[in-house]
Amino acid sequence: MKSMEPKHLALFGLVIALYLGTGFLQSWNTMLSIFNMGLISCIMALGVNMQWGYAGLFNVGVMGFVALGGLAGVLVAMDPVEGAWGTDGALRILLALILGAATILGAILVWSKLPKGKLRGLAVTTILVAGFFIFRAVFDGGVAVVEAIDPALTGNIGGLGLPVILAWPVGGLFAAGAAWIIGKTALGLRSDYLAIATLGIAEIIISVMKNEDWLARGVKNVTGVPRPVPYEVDLQQAEWFLSLATRIGADPVTFSSIFVKLSYASLFIVVLLALIWLTEKALNSPWGRMMRAIRDNEVSASAMGKNVKARHLQIFILGSAVCGLAGAMMTTLDGQLVPGTYQPLRFTFLIWVMVIVGGSGNNWGAVLGGFLIYWLWIQVEPLGLMLMQGITAGMSEGNALREHLIDSAAYMRLMTMGLILLLVLRFSPRGLIPER
Amino acid sequence: MDILNALVALLNFVIIPATAYGAQLALGALGVTLIYGILRFSNFAHGDTMAFGAMATILVTWWLQGMGVSLGPLPTALLALPIGILATGLLVIGTDKLVYKFYRQQKAKPVIFVIASLGVMFVMNGIVRFIIGVDDQRFADGERFIISARSFREMTGLDEGLAFRTSQGLTIVIAVIAVALLFWFLNKTRTGKSMRAFSDNEDLALLSGINPERVVLVTWLIVAALATTAGVLYGLDKSFKPFTYFQLLLPIFAAAIVGGLGNPLGAILGGFLIAYSEITITYAFRKVVGYLGPEDWSPDGLLQLLSTDYKFAVSFGILLIVLLFKPTGIMKGKSV
Repeated sequence: MKSMEPKHLALFGLVIALYLGTGFLQSWNTMLSIFNMGLISCIMALGVNMQWGYAGLFNVGVMGFVALGGLAGVLVAMDPVEGAWGTDGALRILLALILGAATILGAILVWSKLPKGKLRGLAVTTILVAGFFIFRAVFDGGVAVVEAIDPALTGNIGGLGLPVILAWPVGGLFAAGAAWIIGKTALGLRSDYLAIATLGIAEIIISVMKNEDWLARGVKNVTGVPRPVPYEVDLQQAEWFLSLATRIGADPVTFSSIFVKLSYASLFIVVLLALIWLTEKALNSPWGRMMRAIRDNEVSASAMGKNVKARHLQIFILGSAVCGLAGAMMTTLDGQLVPGTYQPLRFTFLIWVMVIVGGSGNNWGAVLGGFLIYWLWIQVEPLGLMLMQGITAGMSEGNALREHLIDSAAYMRLMTMGLILLLVLRFSPRGLIPER
Repeated sequence: MDILNALVALLNFVIIPATAYGAQLALGALGVTLIYGILRFSNFAHGDTMAFGAMATILVTWWLQGMGVSLGPLPTALLALPIGILATGLLVIGTDKLVYKFYRQQKAKPVIFVIASLGVMFVMNGIVRFIIGVDDQRFADGERFIISARSFREMTGLDEGLAFRTSQGLTIVIAVIAVALLFWFLNKTRTGKSMRAFSDNEDLALLSGINPERVVLVTWLIVAALATTAGVLYGLDKSFKPFTYFQLLLPIFAAAIVGGLGNPLGAILGGFLIAYSEITITYAFRKVVGYLGPEDWSPDGLLQLLSTDYKFAVSFGILLIVLLFKPTGIMKGKSV
């Protein structure tokens, strides 16, 4: 914080005032809900800022990496489903996946070893087609077995039953893996191609999560992901908690909910601070300067002997991993995984608005943007509704236009976010806290 | 063996739907590729431009239907289409003046244009949902089928029915007309030639006295016409839902890139390639193979390579393969 200008501190002060105002005017419970998601949004924004701000990589598949992190939450923390892990169930699926990966690896190997010509194309096609049918033959049987196990409650492979905190780094690893595949193919081509490739992979990750019921129950959702913090009901019965509540004179029920949210907040704050510390260190190290040099002039950076493609791949993987980490944290906070809620506007483009508004290339800017834009995203809806009610106050009850306007208030937030993005990009392209 | 029935089933479930879908994708991809060629950025707001055009047309259609106007067997939406195009044209030209023109004068990097188009996408998305809501809207009227499954069966005496919907026939006819008009315009008229010159070499075009703002204006008008037509045809064929139009971005971009960004012929080729692959790979061939095999026999499985939910994965897979092996697309496009 040492080199922050007073103006920037004032901006942080404004955001704190917005949150405190929410606490005083609405409720502390609401404020803490927004704050917790704000913390997670900040982490996502930090990840995108690494890719865009440091290296100028345009990733519009944030949603996919976040969702993969969320999947990790389920696969690590849920208990294994009984009966699913037999040799004709989950193990068979696992074998199929290994066979599928082996097919692709084999095809790549053949492609790189054989000389150019008709034979090579034929061999690779044969391997891929044969591999696909073998994969399906092994895979389909395993899926049928797993999905038949008590489909109303489980019907999936469950998880490892480990503490949910472990899912956070695992979520990062999942996202990093996906980023590696995308980076290998699309980095080094024109910038738009990376954008379209990431947009595509995000949609595919979501459709896999929606349709592969054996994995995380698909659209049937997984609920009851274990928590790293105590449950409200348990708190309300604990001796020490009740005495604490009476001492500060709070209603035990409300206080238990606030206590849980505060516990989440403290966990998230630790992660956020660690990440800010790491990213600031990285940005101000020779590595960070090299990244910015590559971003500003790829040709001269590579003339200086820097491996532009490898560095791009590295930062793309790192940034995506941070998004995956945030995704796993979000599943932990929600206690459930609902693939249907992953919308590109909310999880990709909103994060972009945060980074651009906050100030690309500046970690503190990303944090500020994360808190500010998430607050707006939540509050624009009631504000829009109030505005619409104000406009339509003169119209008679049951007027079609009035009802339409009030019903449509929910879409105000899309327009507002778009306008904010356009205005900042036009009049303050370096964001609220510009890069130093 | 029953080749005729197998052929009819294939036509009915694969070839006709894929041709109509391919025509819609091709019209969408032409818009993307034109913007890329002239304005030199990937327009992420294209799906929502299509949604806006379709919405404007739907509103006019409803008004016309309310007035009792109809085209007989053809959908009323065709009458409303020119007004929809006009409204969309005004919208995109307004957007250009308010948003993109500034960055053009600044000579900003392409990626800044792309980010600006994200903002435009948000706003258009909001406008469409604000006006018409998020739900499915049906606006097709007139005759539903050119040939219905039952009348085809009666006509030919085959077991398998063949349905050819009016919307599919219209899609193909209108797409052919639109593409013919576009190529005539680009190749024969003075403005069209100046557009191609501008796309090939901006500096040289400026030197020879081509007015860049005029080229940009005409481009946006053509894009509005293409996007609205594509949006309305897609809406007639399936149904209108704002979110599906956003999701169309992926196959449309895939089509434009596979064909070679900036290359109009490539966009058409790419559109059909993506559509045929998407539908062939996600179609369950059980019926077709059943007809081809011996009598009283049908295969055990569905014979479906991928479930229909993965149709995006197909366009994405093709996109990845093209990016890996031929980054400029099948027909040579631009690469910066």
